[in-house]
Amino acid sequence: MSEAAAAETHEHGAVMADQLEPSVTPGNLGKLGMWTFLAGDAMTFGAGIAAYGALRIGNPNWPSPADYLGITTTAVMTFILICSSLTMVEALSGIQHGNQSKFRGFMALTVLGGLIFLGMQAIEWHHLIGERGMSVKRDLFDATFFILTGFHGMHVTGGVVYNSVLLIRGMMGKLPQSKANLVEVAGLYWHFVDLVWILIFTFIYLI
Amino acid sequence: MTTQAAVPGHAVDHAEPNYIAIFIYLSVLTGVELIVYAMGLPQVAKVGLLIALAFAKAVLVAMYFMHLAVERRTLAVIAIIPIILVTFLCFMLLPDLTTRLWTRFDHKISTAAPANPDLPPAAPTQ
Repeated sequence: MSEAAAAETHEHGAVMADQLEPSVTPGNLGKLGMWTFLAGDAMTFGAGIAAYGALRIGNPNWPSPADYLGITTTAVMTFILICSSLTMVEALSGIQHGNQSKFRGFMALTVLGGLIFLGMQAIEWHHLIGERGMSVKRDLFDATFFILTGFHGMHVTGGVVYNSVLLIRGMMGKLPQSKANLVEVAGLYWHFVDLVWILIFTFIYLI
Repeated sequence: MTTQAAVPGHAVDHAEPNYIAIFIYLSVLTGVELIVYAMGLPQVAKVGLLIALAFAKAVLVAMYFMHLAVERRTLAVIAIIPIILVTFLCFMLLPDLTTRLWTRFDHKISTAAPANPDLPPAAPTQ
């Protein structure tokens, strides 16, 4: 290929890249994709919480959550997720400024926070099923509780795997500063999981 | 806390918010939620306060941890669409809920299956 042809191809590629560049999230097409996915996921969670509210308001015999659910444990779980959101933004800040050790340290703490949350949820479920006799088929209170918290728990599990992959890539030296966008997109997912838990904690446990 | 761009084309092109302050606000609001929960307020006041606190926390996470405060407004539109649709869903459910609430104590709703007029009458038992 002649130099002129190569230059033309390069220019054409640059024009194509400009056309593909999203005006909503300049420099990060993945961010636009993640926000679109999260919008759909938010509708799923929103519909679940709305259905929970409708069933609860329409049922005069709905039990008080305080009689079954441990608020103290769940408050600690909420605090852990808030902490993990902080460590996630610090991990992002680390990689954006080329500080790999800061990125790895805070990302490891984020993964640890997610694992602690899942462990506490497993203990809570074990207690509720084994000692309190709750079951997804017993009544609507139990069914809605397990479906909403379980669906959220699946999201946390996905987030832990997602963040672990980034952490491993970082530890192998395969996540340079120029790929900080990947961490930002993963952060959006993780903060969304935190945001949804804030709502679940209020609607399912406190009200 | 402000930072400058670190990598051309991939960098922080906006000032970073004070993440520690946001974390403290979220922790304090969670503490306030627990206080409201334990205060023994009337149910309406308790529910209203708890929902307001939850939404305040959700907005803090979305605006600062998810950077909506510094993103382009078009992205905020994508984020707002599910809120509008879920609010619409709640309003769609309201007529059914209010009807059930009004009739809850006035009528006993039969749980038996309604009779089907198309079927022949049941044979007398012996």
